[in-house]
Amino acid sequence: MPPIIEIRNLSKMYRIGAHLHKDETFRELLVRTLRKPWVRRPSPLAEATGYSDDDSIWALKDINFDVEEGDVVGIIGRNGAGKSTLLKIISRITDPTEGFARIRGRLASLLEVGTGFHPELTGRENIYLNGAILGMRKAEIETKFDEIVDFGEIGRFLDTPVKFYSSGMYVRLAFAVAAHLNPEILVVDEVLAVGDLAFQKKCLGKMSEVSQGGRTVLFVSHNLAAVQSLCRKGVVLKEGRLVFNGGANDAVDHYMQMVSGPGETSHANVVDLSRAGTRNRKYRPLLRRLELLTDNGVPLLGGIPIGAPLKALIHFRLESPTPSFDVGLGFDNLYGQRIFSAHSAYEPKRVHEVREGEQVFVCEIPQLTLTPGEYKLVAWVEISGGVVDLVEDAARLTIGESDFYGTGKVPRSGTCALENHWRLQ
Amino acid sequence: MSQTFELVVKPRKGWQPLDFHEIWLYRELLGFLVWRDVKVRYKQTVLGGLWALLQPLAAMLIFTLFFNRLAGIQSNGPPYPLFAYAGVTAWTFFSNAVSASSNSLIGNQQLISKVYFPRIFVPMGAIGALLLDMLISLVLMFALLLYYRWPASLLLLELPVFMLGSFLAASGFGLILSAMNVRFRDVKYAVPFAVQMGFFVTPVIYPLNYIPARYRLAMSLNPMTGMVEGFRHSLLGTAAQWNVMGLSLAVSVLIFVTGLYTFRRMERLFADII
Ligand SMILES: Nc1ncnc2c1ncn2[C@@H]1O[C@H](COP(=O)(O)OP(=O)(O)OP(=O)(O)O)[C@@H](O)[C@H]1O
Ligand SMILES: [Mg+2]
Repeated sequence: MPPIIEIRNLSKMYRIGAHLHKDETFRELLVRTLRKPWVRRPSPLAEATGYSDDDSIWALKDINFDVEEGDVVGIIGRNGAGKSTLLKIISRITDPTEGFARIRGRLASLLEVGTGFHPELTGRENIYLNGAILGMRKAEIETKFDEIVDFGEIGRFLDTPVKFYSSGMYVRLAFAVAAHLNPEILVVDEVLAVGDLAFQKKCLGKMSEVSQGGRTVLFVSHNLAAVQSLCRKGVVLKEGRLVFNGGANDAVDHYMQMVSGPGETSHANVVDLSRAGTRNRKYRPLLRRLELLTDNGVPLLGGIPIGAPLKALIHFRLESPTPSFDVGLGFDNLYGQRIFSAHSAYEPKRVHEVREGEQVFVCEIPQLTLTPGEYKLVAWVEISGGVVDLVEDAARLTIGESDFYGTGKVPRSGTCALENHWRLQ
Repeated sequence: MSQTFELVVKPRKGWQPLDFHEIWLYRELLGFLVWRDVKVRYKQTVLGGLWALLQPLAAMLIFTLFFNRLAGIQSNGPPYPLFAYAGVTAWTFFSNAVSASSNSLIGNQQLISKVYFPRIFVPMGAIGALLLDMLISLVLMFALLLYYRWPASLLLLELPVFMLGSFLAASGFGLILSAMNVRFRDVKYAVPFAVQMGFFVTPVIYPLNYIPARYRLAMSLNPMTGMVEGFRHSLLGTAAQWNVMGLSLAVSVLIFVTGLYTFRRMERLFADII
């Protein structure tokens, strides 16, 4: 039987210029043309296709691979590797510049949660609208309607406009619709990252149900644990090229080596804080580097299991002799809620001395008992109690599942796991 | 699995003819997009569907007062309010449809960049919602005919032709402008102005025979000239000027085809640059 998806020499060029010209007005176009009248303005078509110049990038270049029917393929790669672009081409949202993809089956794509939701419409109305947008028939939505409502747990808010929903409810409803899609091929971009953890699990469960039903799934995720548990095959992209195609576990290994191997400018466990993350412009870039290690100083790759130790080295600079400074490290969930803050001021044995120049603060957390999922790290420096530098989303940390309690029960609900003891009296 | 289904995604060059099979497959979505636009408008407004009546009715009253009573413009036969209302019904549809559709793509960025469906549904859906308004406002037209005891005739059977012509003209402009709007946001600012100018070169407040005969054909290069005349001819039985209406119809068709062509040519870029 021929593969359900065949991808041959698939390439996509973006003109970064084309993006910048988004708000170009006729006047600017005129000025541009008048300044260089001898340069023929390429037609918009040529700009997106054959036209090549300095401000163009190959988001994908010569991608070749096949997907067999029933395969669940994880697609991994760094930010900007071209994962979303690949999915967009396969789902026909954008055309490739070269090559082709042959698709033998009905395909549905989920590149974003709640695409086409309208805030003024009620949950009920949005189920229909969103279902139709994702490619469901009206009759199909009608038969699955109750199931969708149950799955989304929105019950009595069904006839409330979604603008009054909490963000959690909104996401749940959106997923509920998506989870009931019934195509032969399902293409999913990193959308699971926004749900709360319990709901993510539920969706993953639904998705593996889907894939057990012989459905073909292409799944993009930064959550390597999810890729490993959900996918059988894996594809690794790097700067628009396919660098690995094989089993999911091997793909994850390959990716981890890739991001930590020599020659890479930034290691997975060493983050250059002068560039990474987001820093408000009001701060001076004092933070230099963040290093994440497991116990015994082994570089942390991918993630750690729940309850494992974490050691963080925060490199920063003090511009003048400073007697009173502190460093903090925050753990936020993907909703941006602070789950836990580590702070040097919490250290009872902290000695205050005047320091200047390059410094390294070592933070040790003997047991990091956040529940499995992805967390964003926030690092900051304080001088005399005031924050002088702060980097949001400095690094991502994945907490994996483990037998934390020694009972085989993985603590998934809530935001953290604490030791608890029980006895019958 | 149905092996019958096979799709090849590859670079497209030049003009792509409309894929009617695909449009048929996605037809329910078009219905939902129209339904969404109508629903949202009715929810956000207190008066909802009444706006479809109020807008032409208010225009009729104001035009009658200022242009008929004060400025002395006469209709070519029927009572001036009827004359104005018939013209306003056609013109309101056209101007609202052009404005709504030209902003439709940039108003649905998220849809365009995150899901696939025939792009043409976006501007056409916006126009579809306004067709409904035109139908509502025609209902009031019949009430006005009764009120003024002005007889309707079998000429009414011609009305769908002029409705179709208005639809084609509005869609043609809508398709071109919505596609251009993705690239040049000037369109957003230029359209309201152009529509306002269009109002004066269309015989909405005055009958076409106010224009010297030798300019009438030139006037009918504006497709709405013939359509407004056609609306009056079929609703009120005013004299038919078939050369004018015929030319306008031809221009409508031409604009529609041009619109389709332009849109299909540019649509593959929408997701990348919107
Ligand atoms: N519409 C566009 N116009 C110009 N450049 C684009 C466009 N879309 C994507 N790119 C560029 O193409 C490259 C690949 O982007 P893509 O979104 O596919 O990456 P990704 O692997 O999905 O990354 P992430 O993990 O951050 O989602 C990036 O360098 C991006 O800047
Ligand atoms: Mg992406």
